[in-house]
Amino acid sequence: MLSQEALARIDREIAKYPPGKKQSAVMAALRIAQEEHGWLSQEIISFVAEYLEMPPVAVYEVATFYNMFDLKPVGRYKITVCTNLPCALSGGEHAADHLKERLGIGFGETTSDGLFTLKEGECMGACGDAPVILVNNRRMFCRMTRERLDSLLESLRAESEEKGRR
Amino acid sequence: MLTLEIDGQRVTVEDGATVMDAAHRLGIYIPHFCYHKKLSIAASCRMCLVEVEKAPKPVPACATPATNGMRVWTHSPKAVAAQKGVMEFLLINHPLDCPICDQGGECQLQDLAVGYGQSAHCFSEPKRVVADKDLGPLIATFMTRCIHCTRCVRFLMEVGGYQELGQAFRGEHSEIMPFLEQTVRSEISGNIIDLCPVGALTSKPFLYRARTWELTRRRSVSPHDAWGSNVIVQSRFDQVLRVLPFEEESINECWLSDRDRFAYLGLDSTERLTQPLVKRGSEWVAVEWETALQVAVNRLNDVRAQEEGGRVAVLAHPMATVEELFLARTLAETLEGECDARLRQSSGRADSAREGAAWLNSTISEIAAFDGQWFLGSDLRRHLPLMAVRVRTAARRGAYLVAWSWVADEWRVPGLEWSLWTPATMGAALAKVALVVARRAGDDGALPRWVAEWAADAALSEEGTVALVQRLERCQRRRIWLGEGLLAHPQAAELEFLAGVVATRIGATVGWLVEGANAVGAAAVGANGAQSASELVAEPRAAYVLLHAEPEDFLVPQQAVEAFSRARTVVALSAFASASLRETADVLLPVTPFTETSGSFVNIEGRVQPFTAVVRPRGESRPGWRVLAALTTLLGREARFASTEAVRGAALREGWRERLATKPIARPPVGVPALERVEPAAVFRWYQTDPIVRRSTALAACTEEE
Ligand code: SF4
Ligand code: FES
Ligand code: FES
Repeated sequence: MLSQEALARIDREIAKYPPGKKQSAVMAALRIAQEEHGWLSQEIISFVAEYLEMPPVAVYEVATFYNMFDLKPVGRYKITVCTNLPCALSGGEHAADHLKERLGIGFGETTSDGLFTLKEGECMGACGDAPVILVNNRRMFCRMTRERLDSLLESLRAESEEKGRR
Repeated sequence: MLTLEIDGQRVTVEDGATVMDAAHRLGIYIPHFCYHKKLSIAASCRMCLVEVEKAPKPVPACATPATNGMRVWTHSPKAVAAQKGVMEFLLINHPLDCPICDQGGECQLQDLAVGYGQSAHCFSEPKRVVADKDLGPLIATFMTRCIHCTRCVRFLMEVGGYQELGQAFRGEHSEIMPFLEQTVRSEISGNIIDLCPVGALTSKPFLYRARTWELTRRRSVSPHDAWGSNVIVQSRFDQVLRVLPFEEESINECWLSDRDRFAYLGLDSTERLTQPLVKRGSEWVAVEWETALQVAVNRLNDVRAQEEGGRVAVLAHPMATVEELFLARTLAETLEGECDARLRQSSGRADSAREGAAWLNSTISEIAAFDGQWFLGSDLRRHLPLMAVRVRTAARRGAYLVAWSWVADEWRVPGLEWSLWTPATMGAALAKVALVVARRAGDDGALPRWVAEWAADAALSEEGTVALVQRLERCQRRRIWLGEGLLAHPQAAELEFLAGVVATRIGATVGWLVEGANAVGAAAVGANGAQSASELVAEPRAAYVLLHAEPEDFLVPQQAVEAFSRARTVVALSAFASASLRETADVLLPVTPFTETSGSFVNIEGRVQPFTAVVRPRGESRPGWRVLAALTTLLGREARFASTEAVRGAALREGWRERLATKPIARPPVGVPALERVEPAAVFRWYQTDPIVRRSTALAACTEEE
């Protein structure tokens, strides 16, 4: 279900914990699985559970708790907007509304071209720079005014075309 | 030891105790939901907030360790304000649908809301709705009512041994659920109905049947396995509507197996026999009791007159009471016949070769204290579900646990070394272990020759054997359990002897996991003979008297059917008229199940537990002990007793306990055949163990789902 390479990475994570404590590696294993597979399907979750000798529901608890894990397929760019209180007070909600309007989708949805998925996120620890946005769990963007949001979307589109051409 | 003060009272508790424990010591009640004395601490509901001196905020009593000199107030204005605040939060998303909720009247949330709830709260947004989950045929869900105490999750994980439920998602979106497309398969799942402090998890068979305050309740003892779980049977208009655990720490703690909880549905089976029936030609005719008894007596007398002695067998289900079994034995003596209650033992050889009767050979409470346990031929999770709970406790304490089984079901015991065998390969392997142990002790010469012959076939390496033995020897208290499958085996006597060879040399004791609520009682009143009931149908007798036993209860049902069809007469004392009994019997006498008579069972640890009737006998049925006494009297031997107490007095005489075995078979039985290549003889049939269980529709649905 996962490549040898992914399994080797998971094994490295397991080795960080004492013997018999495989389940400690569950977050790392899910992250690696998601990176390879794009999202966490029921089959992937069962596989990770078996690999770590955990009841599947225990893995499911973790996968559903953290919203960086995706339980449904996502587009090439997953945009997560922080809507927690500090951000909300400084325009987080407006940023989300703007993205919804521009992309024509709501939270948890993906554009029909498969390029963008919009998600609602929790505090990313950068409240002072609100509104805060995270792209693909890794790239963070701060002070996202409408203009900056528009240019971000544009640059992501360009980046995707670039990749497509190559 | 720590001394602290709660509500102005001083109390001393052990180190590590919580404020909640200390309050309980004083008999002070602190409102709570997620706390449960048998489960780990979650501290998720916050209902137990109390005020502690010098603490800036109220703290949860269930999760706060007691400290020396601590001063706690559980009902101060600050504490009560915090508790009320929590209650307001809990009710934000609770539907407050008490009028249509089955938990109404026995709901912790309802009760505490009376004390701490307000008639209005600040939250005016819409409440959330949660989709119900499918938890199988026993548990109905109304997940919108859930307050996320996670008791159900922790129970299945900690007591059930496998996490089947989890809390998925987060915050306002949290949901208690099984993994996608799975459900709950625990054999003790019904306990989460009791644990759920709200109406989120309720009993499916009991759903909308009655309100708790309409029910009459009586204590009783569960007749479905040898554990002797204490129960409360609840009824209305002479119909049993629900069975709940009665807390008895030294037996069932506060739990009940699903079999004990839901078997009662079988009592209302359409097959209930409510009138004496006599077969005339091929027709069943309803008759008066007088007539039926007379017909039975005449038939039995006929057989007695024509055949030489020993041609009548009285076969009783081991769920029959002490009183019934004693009188069954008396009846058999009167008929100069045999009596037996070991329906699922291939042979009576082991019991005859052993000094004393098979039983647990310890108390139930001691099970968790054995730190080395080796199970031979048991399907424990299904056979004695609450013993599996105790073994899980032993596992948590770090016990070394090994199971040799011939049923492909691991027991959900963490750390258990489980392996699958066939009866034949297990016999060979056990012989090997015995041989190795004896060789080390330097007395293998004393072993009979067949041991080495059996061992030659063993699929077990020398090192594996030594490792197992040494590991066991490192334990302080070693125990070898002879499972119900082993006891059912045709060569049970040899297997027990081999286990005994190992036990005596490694300093282990042996316990027997017998089958039947009153299996120990049957032995105690002398209701078993030289041959087991299976042998008595394998070599057909001229006449049979059956007590609570249907052909389906025998080890090989087909053999029983054949024996009964060929017999000159079969008199069945039964609560049900099964198709198989209608086919094979000649007289059907309706006797009452355990809910409609008084009596007693001797459980697996040798505890005598009397109980009384819960409801009135259905139709014309009468208590089995009265019917047996009447039959015996009509057959010419005075057997008159005023009450079950009187019968019990005669049945369990002073000193009966000394007939319980303390050691396994010491002398090898003579005439040992080669190791038989038998198929798993006693594959335990889940939810098929007695006539009531078999008729429980809910349990049948569980078996189908398997
Ligand atoms: S279903 Fe009941 S027991 Fe389980 S978490 Fe919810 S309220 Fe607690
Ligand atoms: S609230 Fe948005 S980053 Fe903290
Ligand atoms: S009972 Fe203490 S937090 Fe729930």
